Amino acid sequence: MTDTPTDASAPPKPRNLFSALELDPRLLGMIGAFVVICLIFNFLTDGRFMTPRNIFNLTIQTASVAIMATGMVFVIVTRNIDLSVGSLLATCSAIMAMTQTWLMPDWLGLGLNHPATMPVAVLVGILAGFTIGAFQGWLIGYLTIPAFIVTLGGYLVWRNVSWHLTKGQTIGPLDENFQLFGGINGTLGETWSWVFAAVAIAVSFFALFRSRRAQVAHEFPVKPIWAELVIGAIIAAAILGLVAILNAYEIPTARLQRLYEARGQVLPAGTIEGYGIPISVLVLIVIAIIMTVVAQRTRLGRYIFAAGGNPEAAELAGINTRLLTVKVFAIMGVLCAISAIVASSRQTFHSNDIGTLDELRVIAAAVIGGTALAGGLGTIYGAILGALIMQSLQSGMAMVGVDAPYQNMVVGSVLVLAVFIDIVYRRRTGDKT
Amino acid sequence: MTSPLVEMRDMQKSFGGIKAVDHVTIDLYPGEVVGVLGHNGAGKSVLLKMLSGALQRDGGEIYINGQKATINNPRDARNYQIETIYQYLALADNLDAASNLFLGRELVSPLGFVDDAQMEAETRKILARLNPNFRRFHTPVAGLSGGQRQSVAIARAVYFNAKILIMDEPTAALGVQETRMVAELIDQLKSEGIGIFLIDHDIHQVKLLCDRANVMKNGQLVGTVKVDDVTEDDLLGMIIAGKCPASAIPGPGALQTA
Ligand SMILES: Nc1ncnc2c1ncn2[C@@H]1O[C@H](COP(=O)(O)OP(=O)(O)OP(=O)(O)O)[C@@H](O)[C@H]1O
Ligand SMILES: [Mg+2]
Repeated sequence: MTDTPTDASAPPKPRNLFSALELDPRLLGMIGAFVVICLIFNFLTDGRFMTPRNIFNLTIQTASVAIMATGMVFVIVTRNIDLSVGSLLATCSAIMAMTQTWLMPDWLGLGLNHPATMPVAVLVGILAGFTIGAFQGWLIGYLTIPAFIVTLGGYLVWRNVSWHLTKGQTIGPLDENFQLFGGINGTLGETWSWVFAAVAIAVSFFALFRSRRAQVAHEFPVKPIWAELVIGAIIAAAILGLVAILNAYEIPTARLQRLYEARGQVLPAGTIEGYGIPISVLVLIVIAIIMTVVAQRTRLGRYIFAAGGNPEAAELAGINTRLLTVKVFAIMGVLCAISAIVASSRQTFHSNDIGTLDELRVIAAAVIGGTALAGGLGTIYGAILGALIMQSLQSGMAMVGVDAPYQNMVVGSVLVLAVFIDIVYRRRTGDKT
Repeated sequence: MTSPLVEMRDMQKSFGGIKAVDHVTIDLYPGEVVGVLGHNGAGKSVLLKMLSGALQRDGGEIYINGQKATINNPRDARNYQIETIYQYLALADNLDAASNLFLGRELVSPLGFVDDAQMEAETRKILARLNPNFRRFHTPVAGLSGGQRQSVAIARAVYFNAKILIMDEPTAALGVQETRMVAELIDQLKSEGIGIFLIDHDIHQVKLLCDRANVMKNGQLVGTVKVDDVTEDDLLGMIIAGKCPASAIPGPGALQTA
């Protein structure tokens, strides 16, 4: 029980700037990889990769997979897997499409683009995702059928339930308000984007301050104050930078004209407006925050990680691991529904093949983001970064002119390589978990 | 004498054809340490797991303070202030000491969020008492030594004010110094009026720590003895051959002397 001197509770003298900041090396590694990918493609495309327009597109292309990847973290952390997310997305999309093109306008006689249509469709979709997810979780948790089998079955069932509901037809166009979730058709605009940035920075600083105050109150060792300030500055710069870029992508004049006309105004000559933050990206950010809080600050999150680390210990501690499985899959189902909103509104219609192969992308994003298939380990931000890295690889290669089959070969190899690097890293640091 | 703190009457549990626990009756008084001995696979862990709620009994009754108790899962057991230190340490390897100590009973802020700072502070306090060398509060317990992990498991039992403590080979993974620490702790808890069931293979230690001992063989109770009335050889004879010395209260598993 004797400890090595490095374990002393007195704060160790920071050896250098990085150790004083106490940043997660895995996070830094992923950000580093992402930056390298961006720079390489930017070079290969003569600067077209890092334009506001392309970065804007990258964010809206990533949103749908990233939203589901946050849920996949919980699924994999509890030593399960979900192969049905792409199909579940399709079923939710079909149900929502039918709600807004048939149920609300015709059956209830509210006509097209009624203000109630969007919220009702969203609610119906989320309810469907929740129910299907919880049902699959019940099969896994209470009937103890392996998750791989349940969701493999679900993969076939829900893909074709979607086909059955729509009789294999494409349904569209979707409700106008619903389409706001699609990315380019719904953005905050410049002013509100800056407001969002200001609020986000304020909240971040408040969170940093509160956590430091709690540590000081209990007389725990804390980082030097300058280190806190540097971290705060990095966060602020990242938020401001992202908003600046998204605001710099300008709305084409013709489109701006239509927007003003729709509002009954005349476009003043020479007006320039940027898109700002897409609503789909806003949805992703909100989900990322909620899921992170659930993971780190709630009992549910604690139990998810405990059950993943040692299911027997969790049960002996009085945790109902069966119900926990139901909850995890219900969350996954809700996130599939939200992704269905983003994905279907982005293409402005529901199609039969929506979400095809998403299960693989979502699992890959979580795994590239450092979620261990052995369970007990994973982060929400990692999964989102994983989704972003995969999407930038794919878009970058498309811009360079690499054919789709080769793109898939690269993405597949990167997945395996990323996991290998993670294994080597853990072996080096002696980090068993 | 007062009514026993715990009385397990006629407990039974089988797995398939194997009678792991076969009509066993034992009891425990406040401030008493009662040993449960027997060869490997005798049924010691299974017997006490029925008390801790980890296993559901096939038959038999449990009385706590003379009242019939319903214990069907670990949560029920905790409600009776029964805490267990399991033979195979029940810790979540990927979580730190505080998260493990409070697992299932997290301290939460008024808004219902887990209060990690508060839990860490409490963990530091209790571990400072049990194991002053313990410093690694921020690493997952997978990275701790066997003794450090044991400290966390014991701290959990002590922190939540156990009335009844089950220790299943608590010193099996420990060095000499740590074993002495656990022995001192057992004496201290005993003096606070806590009843302790102790499973241990070390006869010497049983003689030292326990007031009474129950010996099991093939799922059956060989007999119950006051440890001061018997020699270590007597205990060994009970464990190996099922032979009861004269001072023992023989159980159904005792060797029938012709
Ligand atoms: N979950 C289980 N499923 C099936 N059989 C079990 C289970 N748990 C215990 N057994 C069986 O019950 C019997 C008693 O086991 P138990 O764990 O109580 O032994 P023990 O006395 O604690 O032994 P040890 O000293 O090795 O810890 C053994 O034959 C064991 O194989
Ligand atoms: Mg045992």
